[in-house]
Amino acid sequence: MLISIAWKNIWRNRSRSIIIMLAITLGIYGGLFILAFMQGMVKQRLSTALNTEISYIQIHHPEYLENDDFNCYINNVNMVEGLLQDDSLITAYSKRIIVNSMASSAETGTGVKVTGVDPETEITVTNLHEKVVDGAYFEGVKRNPAVVGQKLAEKMNLKVRSKIVIQFQDANGELTAGAFRVAGIYKTTNTAFDEFNVFVDIDDLRRLTSLGEGRVHEIALRLNKIENVPEVRTNLGDRLEDMEVLTWKERDMMLGWMSESMNQYMYVIMFIILLALFFGIINTMLMAILERVKELGMLMAVGMNKLRIFLMIMLETVLLSLTGAVLGIIVGLITIAYFEKAGLDLSLWAEGYEAYGFDAVIYTTIDTNSVIMIVILVLITGLIASIFPSRKALKLKPVEALRTDN
Amino acid sequence: MRVIEIKNLHKVYDGAGVPVHAVNGIDLSFEQGEFAAIVGPSGSGKTTLLNMVGGLDQPTEGEIIVDGTDIGHLKSREMINFRLNNIGFVFQAYNLIPVLTAKENVEFIMHLQGRSKHDRNQRTKELLAAVGLDDRMNSRPNKLSGGQQQRVAVARALASKPKFVLADEPTANLDTKSTENLLDIMEKLNKDENITFIFSTHDARVVAKARRVITIEDGKVVSDKIK
Repeated sequence: MLISIAWKNIWRNRSRSIIIMLAITLGIYGGLFILAFMQGMVKQRLSTALNTEISYIQIHHPEYLENDDFNCYINNVNMVEGLLQDDSLITAYSKRIIVNSMASSAETGTGVKVTGVDPETEITVTNLHEKVVDGAYFEGVKRNPAVVGQKLAEKMNLKVRSKIVIQFQDANGELTAGAFRVAGIYKTTNTAFDEFNVFVDIDDLRRLTSLGEGRVHEIALRLNKIENVPEVRTNLGDRLEDMEVLTWKERDMMLGWMSESMNQYMYVIMFIILLALFFGIINTMLMAILERVKELGMLMAVGMNKLRIFLMIMLETVLLSLTGAVLGIIVGLITIAYFEKAGLDLSLWAEGYEAYGFDAVIYTTIDTNSVIMIVILVLITGLIASIFPSRKALKLKPVEALRTDN
Repeated sequence: MRVIEIKNLHKVYDGAGVPVHAVNGIDLSFEQGEFAAIVGPSGSGKTTLLNMVGGLDQPTEGEIIVDGTDIGHLKSREMINFRLNNIGFVFQAYNLIPVLTAKENVEFIMHLQGRSKHDRNQRTKELLAAVGLDDRMNSRPNKLSGGQQQRVAVARALASKPKFVLADEPTANLDTKSTENLLDIMEKLNKDENITFIFSTHDARVVAKARRVITIEDGKVVSDKIK
């Protein structure tokens, strides 16, 4: 009965209720869409990082990353490969030699990271081969092929089949150089990655650097599911005590933080939106109560106790809030579903996004938990907002209330 | 059977530093089934008396015993519950809940009492039929005339099967025809249900209908006539 009365009371002043509901709808819609936008951005960034850049897990010599020392390589690669092949959660792995170099073209020179890969296994771990926009991935050039990023190509005025000279220190500490020819130019959504990373054949690089057979700097792993990362990392860490086994979160702290903390920051934004709506709801309910002083006096006179009066006002406030919120969620979910397929094209600001590794076309996404959390937050907002108007009502004395001219 | 016993009732207000004796030593009693009117000029204390008898105000001194309970000294929560189950109210301004239909307004009291759906339905139909509104059950107050609204209010007042009904100027906003109609209905219900009706009124037609007329002046009973 109280729910029925509360619902009917909302519509006593139709225009006032609709206005506050619309405000709530817009607020919730805005918050939900921003959340979906940010979740989509993070999801895409994570996908790019895992599938193109750092993979799921990396294995190194324990001092390799800290010292950035060419001679800190993994020695017993066969033993490591045996472990990796035995783990069903690992779907593929790739061995790499890495050297920091100076790349020069006819036009200019710049510092780059040169990674030597086995093209056949590398394509099972990363999707860089799918990002080639000009030329081919290690095809079309027989001797010393190189795959470079589009940003680097622009900087150094490189085209397919252009010559690029790479200078570095070899395993003996001697300064040496190799001439490579551009086989393919790739473009990812991370211009910093594109500018800095050059990929060559592992055998070519091994020969030029004099790094002995069976030695590599990095083994990158691909897993069947991201959820299995902690388990695989623990298993490998236990068995490879003299190596460094790092998850994607550990390799890219910023990404790890973003993935974990983004939702918390979004809830702060949601809280601010709800705080603003909170005052609007209180105002609306206070007006409703002040208009009904005489009626409240009558209800108390005929025997409606304080708890029921409180519940009636609380239900009215919560129903008002939830109706607006549900509308906002429905409209939000429809919009999110649309942009989940069509993508939100922000290419006007593409350069800015790609400088930080973000795609300029964002596919919004929202998880069920976030929607549930928003409903709970609205419920709490309605409950707290009902306290002040309820207290006003409960302080009324029936005799005095009945005398008012409503 | 005695329903209400009022003993040495006093109510003193603080009127800007000067005490105002709104009720100044009243002794009265009401039996089951009475149809009584309390009359008196404005400021005589009749509304204050009625408020105290209805448990809406507490006396400064004295007792109001209803069915063995001194209601003048009940705590707020106990008093609300007592009113719900023992006292019916009919107000001058009808005071129906505007978002509920006539049927729902009458049922409302029984909902508060926790009565079953069957009981509520049955009693509501009986009462709305008794007040001549069984064909307007599903109308909201804004679709009813003043007289019709007051008849719904009477039905509501009787819904809880109270010990007595207090009606404060129930005919003040009604035309002649509606007033006569309402009074006939209330008189019939008084006889059929044997529920005590106590009116506070200036209306001569109500006084004419009443079987007992109590006159109050300056907070005291100056006359108490049974016809």
